[in-house]
Amino acid sequence: MEKIKIGIPRGLLYYKYGDLWENFFHELGFEVVTSPETNKSILSKGQSLAIDESCLSMKIYLGHVAYLIDKVDYILVPRICSLYKKEKMCTNFQALYDIVNNIFDIKIINYNVDVEKGATEKKAFMKMGKNLEKKRKQIKNAYYRATRIAKRKKEHRLIKQERLLKGSTNLKILLVSHSYNMYDHLIGKVISKLLNELEVEVIYADIFDRKKIHKKYQEISKKVYWTYSKELLGSIIHYYDFIDGFILLSVFPCGPDSLTNEMCIRKMKNKPIINIIIDELTGEAGLQTRIESFVDIIKQRKEKEVKINNEENN
Amino acid sequence: MKKIISFPHMDNYYVPITFLLKKVTDYEVMHPLPITKRTLELGTKYSPEFVCVPFKYNLGNYIESLERGANVLVQAGGGCRYGYYAEVQEQILCDLGYNFEFHSLVDNNQNVLINAYKVLKKINNKLTIFKYIYYMALTLKIINYMDKIDIYIRANIGFEKRKGDFGNLLNKMLEEIVNIKGFWNLRKLYKKYNILFQAIQINKPIDCLKVGLIGELYTSMEPFCNYYLEKALAEMKIQMDRYTNVTYLLITKLFNKRKVLKKCGCYCKYLIGADGTDNVAVARTLALKGYDGLIHTKPFGCMPEVGAMPILQKLSNDYEIPILFFSFDSHTAEEGIKTRLEAFYDMIMMRRNKHD
Repeated sequence: MEKIKIGIPRGLLYYKYGDLWENFFHELGFEVVTSPETNKSILSKGQSLAIDESCLSMKIYLGHVAYLIDKVDYILVPRICSLYKKEKMCTNFQALYDIVNNIFDIKIINYNVDVEKGATEKKAFMKMGKNLEKKRKQIKNAYYRATRIAKRKKEHRLIKQERLLKGSTNLKILLVSHSYNMYDHLIGKVISKLLNELEVEVIYADIFDRKKIHKKYQEISKKVYWTYSKELLGSIIHYYDFIDGFILLSVFPCGPDSLTNEMCIRKMKNKPIINIIIDELTGEAGLQTRIESFVDIIKQRKEKEVKINNEENN
Repeated sequence: MKKIISFPHMDNYYVPITFLLKKVTDYEVMHPLPITKRTLELGTKYSPEFVCVPFKYNLGNYIESLERGANVLVQAGGGCRYGYYAEVQEQILCDLGYNFEFHSLVDNNQNVLINAYKVLKKINNKLTIFKYIYYMALTLKIINYMDKIDIYIRANIGFEKRKGDFGNLLNKMLEEIVNIKGFWNLRKLYKKYNILFQAIQINKPIDCLKVGLIGELYTSMEPFCNYYLEKALAEMKIQMDRYTNVTYLLITKLFNKRKVLKKCGCYCKYLIGADGTDNVAVARTLALKGYDGLIHTKPFGCMPEVGAMPILQKLSNDYEIPILFFSFDSHTAEEGIKTRLEAFYDMIMMRRNKHD
């Protein structure tokens, strides 16, 4: 018998939960098809499907779903309303299931997390397995094994980043953005590549230990309630002393970012900030100029600081 | 220093809000100036680049009020970005160098009414819970009656025999409603005006065109923001129906949560955030009722409504009901809206003739 194929679109929450999902389905014995890295054709496909005003990440996501549609039996479309109590997600994640369901005519695997109403992640996985006609024990084992692998990968990344923070003498720039923008080939990867070419170490704001940062966001904004924005703001405060400058990267027109970035720029005035907004028309040449000049500014600033320090010491 | 309290503008709701604030605080209440082009320009100048348009209007209102001497500001909140407006606006006004107190009546993790009491208690220490409940209930009742009359006006204003009858009477009512003394008084006033409104002569054909107005709360309620959409529709002699009003948002919605998903049918499996689900539910109900068309309004980039749009589009195809989508921003051209509205009118008119 042929294995059932499950498609996972490489967009939005994939960058947070991809490892978990892929391993979970592997453990249960399904074939997992993940769509390739974002490219121009996926973007243009998504653009044609989405509403003009939806954010770039959403357009890319729909492009990925369209890519998978005739290659798999089921597609996993997560719906996440809240991950922690008293917090919320961007409404795009809340509506994701219904948006995809109304645009495409496909079989969707249900994955609903709403902690405020008691639907936890574990319950979501149990339900998902049950719908695919697996036994309870099997699902449980697969879930635990998958979480362990995902957790180990996360810890590994954290250790790597911390080593970089302490070890490297290069300029360090914090890239602040949602994971689904930061690692996307058309959005964040372009920028981190440009920075690497300029011999700058990129620190990713979405790699952190949640226990250490989860209350630090209050220094920038007391009332923000989107989970990912909270985490990013906390992460900025956490890394603030170790970095030379930071880049706020968002896509047009991201709802939460439009306000939190404004707060960030207004409150964090001691280190250089650049706010980059990307839409589907942004050319790479323009980006390159902006980033190069930003790095130049940081370099000059640092040289000046070193000079002043030396004079004081003498 | 004398404390003067002010708040953002939205349609006629400044009347009940002024009433409430006058009763529960001992500050002087300054209701905001009606929105003009200057309000929007001021707001746009100091707002983040791609925030939604109500933010800009509210900020403009605040700046104008501060210029006129207000020093206490209040803001409400909602399920989308709206809940986060207060903090950012406070920061922006602070950076502009104004001296003021800022209070947000809504906290996302708490019931609106409880949180509002806490905030008002902070403003006025002498406020007892009984006084608060009494005046809050009275204000909600005023809002409720205003909305009820509004619904009647909206359905009939296009067909009035003498132009301006409805508007004049409404203004008269708003002037009187501020001076009410209690529930009994209010009820009498409502009954009186209800009869007066019913008595206005109208010339309404039985098979007039019917259009439903759905969409984001601010753009559908504030006439300046939607470029007097309802006025334009009234001139075209169309019966309008709109569910979004403050009564719905504050009260009906609380008791409506389960029903809403049922009303959406197969179009929504989950709540899609803020008022998105309600819009889909209303759109479906109106489609089943046989309305001629729907008009959906939202500010540019509104998160929940952008999520609801693909669903509405599918619904529009399935039920064969035309939906006109408007997206308002600080730069929306008025002529473009007029042209689209006229084309929409012609289209539903033609459809009507075809079916007959």
